[in-house]
Amino acid sequence: MSKTIEEINQKIKRGEAVVFTAEEIIGVVKEKGLKRAAEEVDVVTTGTFGPMCSSGAYFNIGHSKPRIKLGGGRSYLNDVPAYTGLAAVDLFLGATAMPDDDPRNKVHPGEFNYGGGHVIEELVAGKDIRLEATAYGTDCYPRKKLETWINIKDLNEAVLFNVRNAYQNYNVAANLSNKTIYTYMGMLKPNLGNITYCSAGQLSPLLNDPFYKTIGIGTKIFLGGGTGYVAWQGTQFNPTTARAENGVPKGGAGTLAVIGDLKQMSPRWLVGTSMLGYGPTLTVGIGVPIPILSEEILQYTTVTDDQIIGTIVDYSDAYPNRRNESVGEVTYAQLKSGKVTVQGKKVPTASLSSYPRAAEIANTLKDWIKAGKFELTQPVASLPGVESGVTFKPLNERPIAQ
Amino acid sequence: MVDKKIVLRFPKRLVDRPIVSHLIKDHDLEFTILKASVTQDEEGLMVLELKGKQEEYEKGIAYLKEAGVILESLSQDVTRNEERCTHCGACITVCPVGAFELDMVTRQTSFHDKKCIGCGICIKTCPPRAMELHF
Ligand code: SF4
Ligand code: SF4
Repeated sequence: MSKTIEEINQKIKRGEAVVFTAEEIIGVVKEKGLKRAAEEVDVVTTGTFGPMCSSGAYFNIGHSKPRIKLGGGRSYLNDVPAYTGLAAVDLFLGATAMPDDDPRNKVHPGEFNYGGGHVIEELVAGKDIRLEATAYGTDCYPRKKLETWINIKDLNEAVLFNVRNAYQNYNVAANLSNKTIYTYMGMLKPNLGNITYCSAGQLSPLLNDPFYKTIGIGTKIFLGGGTGYVAWQGTQFNPTTARAENGVPKGGAGTLAVIGDLKQMSPRWLVGTSMLGYGPTLTVGIGVPIPILSEEILQYTTVTDDQIIGTIVDYSDAYPNRRNESVGEVTYAQLKSGKVTVQGKKVPTASLSSYPRAAEIANTLKDWIKAGKFELTQPVASLPGVESGVTFKPLNERPIAQ
Repeated sequence: MVDKKIVLRFPKRLVDRPIVSHLIKDHDLEFTILKASVTQDEEGLMVLELKGKQEEYEKGIAYLKEAGVILESLSQDVTRNEERCTHCGACITVCPVGAFELDMVTRQTSFHDKKCIGCGICIKTCPPRAMELHF
């Protein structure tokens, strides 16, 4: 049995596509068996909703009269600096940017209540945003100062462009030291006081397609409540991470760079987020459809939380000092039970990504496909596979001689 | 009726202003000063118990905030902004008294405000800042 994306799209158009979420498919395959299910099921939908720092958006604000060249000057959106190293009126705003006068960690832990992620959320919500810019002035762009309200509906382009999202598995965080630490994995209490994790597990896009057999460049996805595309492999892409027997990586492996029109997204799925003592960021909702082209592809989507292993890393010492040490391995089923045993101690666990929202994304995508509103795309190129030899290299520091 | 204990911090520039006497004169509130002191950095600190009608209490609090007094909590209300809560569950291991509970079936996180002691830790650690403090 094998299907093509074209055949699946024909069924979607006729409103006949058989679609299940990555959670539902587990039971379906148990009941019908792999062979029959692979014949009957067309698409499995996945979802994830968590803080993703390498997110941002670019805008073209239109030309003022007289003209100003923002490029090379300074621009702020609600006091958050935007990147201006582009042409005259293009700006890029990163999720982790923060106002110049934010006290950061001067009083530790800093609160980071407002940053680029929050500006993106407000912009998507249709709120007016204050743009303040200064420029150096040229013959063709004479103006040196601009202060104006901008609104997403008036921008020429507003595009979400995240260079690394949807990590295929991730570290599980612990703190072995004797003081509380504040990290991008949340507040970690001393002496293994708690453990945090950040993956939708069995619902997570790349964990359901561990060898990138269907997800590739050009795959159309649910992004921030609208639709978007996989633009490229995400940064730090690392297909050669250690994998369990079922092929599922035991730590951070594949990632996705994604792009989509911000104008059709929603603040419910792009949420400005603050990590105490770490910084502001953006929580992003992503859902990827997996076309069931073969039994093998279906088999991968039946992965369950008890088959996905996470590696526990000490964020007080091993992580900051880049030592590849593991405190142990746990499954996501264990993590989700609320307590895991580590070094003989029962430790309570907490998630940073939202499983209920990940499920909502997978269900929304399912509804869109069933209603004929979302067709699948054939990737135009594959993501680098295990055989590509692509790895995630550390920085080779070469001190600059005096 | 409201009966609450609040901590007022007076920045140096406000220390010698008759803010509390205005508070009591202009608002129908009963009060008891539980503690009053000036710290090393010449900042004023006062712990007050305020009793009165909800409406008067709220106006009084608004007056204090406007005057520049920094309010801190002692027995304040912590609520969850349901619109902002994403049910991530990050608060679960942060709360010292277990006021958050994870539903193993729906994976939703519920907040039991009766258990909350108002320590304020979740306010700053909730990633989308869904937990709010009300005086
Ligand atoms: S940490 Fe905040 S958003 Fe997450 S479940 Fe708790 S209250 Fe909700
Ligand atoms: S304020 Fe403190 S006690 Fe109350 S819910 Fe938040 S963390 Fe728990």
